[in-house]
Amino acid sequence: MLTNPTFLFLQTLNAIALGMNLFIIAAGLTLIFGVLRVINFAHGAFFMLGAYVCYSIVEQAGNFWLGVLGAGLALALLAWAIERALLQRLYAREPLAQLLFTFALVLILGDAVKMVWGSEQYSVAYPAGLERAVDLGIAHYPAYLLFLCGLGPVVALALWLLLERTRWGRIMRAARQDREMLAVLGINVPLVYNGVFVAGAALAGMGGALAAPRLALTPGMDANIVVECFIIVIIGGLGSLWGSFLGALILGIVTVFGAVLVPEWEMVLPYALMLAVLLWRPWGLFGRAQG
Amino acid sequence: MGVVVALLCVPLLGSRYLVDLTTEILIYALFALSLNVLIGYAGNVSFGHAAYFAIGGYSCAILLTTYQWPLWLSFPAAVGLSAGAALIIGYFCVRLTDIYFAMLTLAFSMLVWSAAFKWRTMTGGDDGFVGVNVPALLEDRVAFYYFAVGVVSLSTALLWRICHSAFGRTLVAVRENSLRAGFVGIDVRRIRLAAFVVAGFFAGIAGALFAMYNRGMYTESAFWTESAQVLIMTLLGGMYSFFGPALGAAVLYLLEVSINQYTEYWPAILGTLLVLIVLFLPHGLAGLAQKTRRARKV
Amino acid sequence: MLQISDLSKSFDGFTAVRNVSLALDQGERHAIIGPNGAGKTTFFNLITGHLRPDSGTVDFKGKSLTGRAPHQIVKQGLARSFQHINVYPRMSVVQNVQVALIARQGQTFNMFIAAAGLHHQEAGDLLTLVGLADAEHAVAADLSYGKQKQLELAIALAAAPQLLLLDEPTAGMAPAETMEMLRLIGQIVAARGLTLLFTEHDMDVVFSLAQRISVLHHGEIIATGPPQEIRQDAEVQRVYLGKAADAQD
Repeated sequence: MLTNPTFLFLQTLNAIALGMNLFIIAAGLTLIFGVLRVINFAHGAFFMLGAYVCYSIVEQAGNFWLGVLGAGLALALLAWAIERALLQRLYAREPLAQLLFTFALVLILGDAVKMVWGSEQYSVAYPAGLERAVDLGIAHYPAYLLFLCGLGPVVALALWLLLERTRWGRIMRAARQDREMLAVLGINVPLVYNGVFVAGAALAGMGGALAAPRLALTPGMDANIVVECFIIVIIGGLGSLWGSFLGALILGIVTVFGAVLVPEWEMVLPYALMLAVLLWRPWGLFGRAQG
Repeated sequence: MGVVVALLCVPLLGSRYLVDLTTEILIYALFALSLNVLIGYAGNVSFGHAAYFAIGGYSCAILLTTYQWPLWLSFPAAVGLSAGAALIIGYFCVRLTDIYFAMLTLAFSMLVWSAAFKWRTMTGGDDGFVGVNVPALLEDRVAFYYFAVGVVSLSTALLWRICHSAFGRTLVAVRENSLRAGFVGIDVRRIRLAAFVVAGFFAGIAGALFAMYNRGMYTESAFWTESAQVLIMTLLGGMYSFFGPALGAAVLYLLEVSINQYTEYWPAILGTLLVLIVLFLPHGLAGLAQKTRRARKV
Repeated sequence: MLQISDLSKSFDGFTAVRNVSLALDQGERHAIIGPNGAGKTTFFNLITGHLRPDSGTVDFKGKSLTGRAPHQIVKQGLARSFQHINVYPRMSVVQNVQVALIARQGQTFNMFIAAAGLHHQEAGDLLTLVGLADAEHAVAADLSYGKQKQLELAIALAAAPQLLLLDEPTAGMAPAETMEMLRLIGQIVAARGLTLLFTEHDMDVVFSLAQRISVLHHGEIIATGPPQEIRQDAEVQRVYLGKAADAQD
């Protein structure tokens, strides 16, 4: 099978598309951890909500891109409220408290989805204009997935520029290193934190909306994604943007080719990968060693 | 002590439902107490404690039923296997700390889950291991109840001894300041491993009891949601007190059972509860009890 | 007793400690002084196993300590205190000392002996020695800074060391407290025949307690000798003592 170049090519594209989609979501997680030092278990729930909101918007308005935007906005609003009302009281507490809180969010949001949308499965069609397959010479490939392949690097670059070249980015990077110093410099730290949490959630939501065409929308879809996100940020290093990019690609490749080579162990692969990384190099590719 | 007497009287109330309920609470209480050795005393949060519960349960079920071993062999062997697993897995996990430690415990426990899922011939896989050959003496619900009370009481007493021993004191020191602990001559890594194994040992006991009570084992027992549930029990009850987790197990179980009768949205309610606890009761219910006791004294 | 040869340690290209050699006799009281950033704490961390040296050796009573873990080194007869307070914050004062005693007696894995009241007598004696007898059941984090430093000393002594390493034992203390701590350390070291290696910024403490002094600058030892010699050493004066030396003369 692997000697067939067409097959290889197609699977590689699949891996990249998957990876890029995952990256957009994981970028939010790594951003939230990098600045807030909070491990957001609810990131999968944000993803799920984004997908469902997109579905509803598509049902109502018929436009997929509106759905993606709407998902981002909805999650941004939700995250703003959550952070302002609840999360910000927990920054001074031990990490366990924050973990528990985000886990509680998972439970609540999961049921919220069930309450609003019910437990049936939904699906979202490929957006108009990208629903056909493109002729790439070697083979035909869905245009939408190609779009995802390209979108990932664009988002990565945009985020990188934001972090490195803008004032906001500098502030965010500084917050990563020394919170107290920022406050001393007169910067509104709570606002920064709020902004980062909102941005991270919005990324997850939009990632979810973008994923909707290729996934089945069910109330349990957040469980898998959150594990995948964790694996990505662990591989790449907690808080590293390019680490997440690389990690997402690696996970995409392992998932896609793993499903082909060892279909028996498909469900084990992500955990085995996480295990391998944690045993060999726990701080990830771009992280820093502990202690 | 009074609790034990009260427990012994439960069957006298005549309700079969109550006996079953209490049996399950006892099992989960032990499970939560075992986890607290890691979380409360050693200060290492584990996301994969269900693995040892599952290994204990499946081993006991398989040894009793598939291999027809007598109980006095199956039970200790099952517990030995889960402690052994804890030793091997723990050896790798204690090389890391904090979130990396937690993630690694999760990864290992999901591997255990996968094994349970895949090894159909042994474990029944997705369908579960149905029909455990419980010894004739324990087939009666009440008889089994007394057996469970005995095992859990004994285990709790042992755990109490361990947590309040020189070892337990050392664990707390490692939790409070592992750097300092190293500099007074404590081998931090080995101590944490010992705590890991102790926790796995008693989780295995809980699991074996569960397998017999439930007359079967299912893969859900090894899934991360099971680990999350016992973690919540421990924190709800209070990780800084010895009996806190047992209290948490009881409260959580009773809540779940009662709320499930009215609505299917138990997770949302549990989540809300968690948020309230995190915000207002960081030391869990046990902490609340301590505060009211102290307030009353004043 | 303590033989250090050519110890070196670099971090990402920055050399914190460079080819440091030192020899301590039994019962000697030796001070390491130097400006901030000279590498004193790094040096301590290398000896006590918190850091692995890039090169060089540390030998104690003929046995090699190089590259061994802290808990192994402690078992050989070394104990240290920390510059920044490093106690068990939520445990009581007596429990803080008790933990060290449990470790010394090799009881860390003993799951059957009850912890309550264990080594109570000895812990009490140590606390009395450092002047904390009345604060036995206080929570460590609630103690004043000076008292926490005393607790640090008690914990170090609980390991029954032959070589005591004190990292800035009087840092942050008021003059009266400093004198008291000084007297205490001198008394304990003499009574128990301990060898003492300590770092300090307070020159009064150094000159009154130390029999020999080594001056560390940019990770290298630039002078070693009795206090009078060091005082008069031109290099040392230039680098470190400067105006302080003038003031003392």
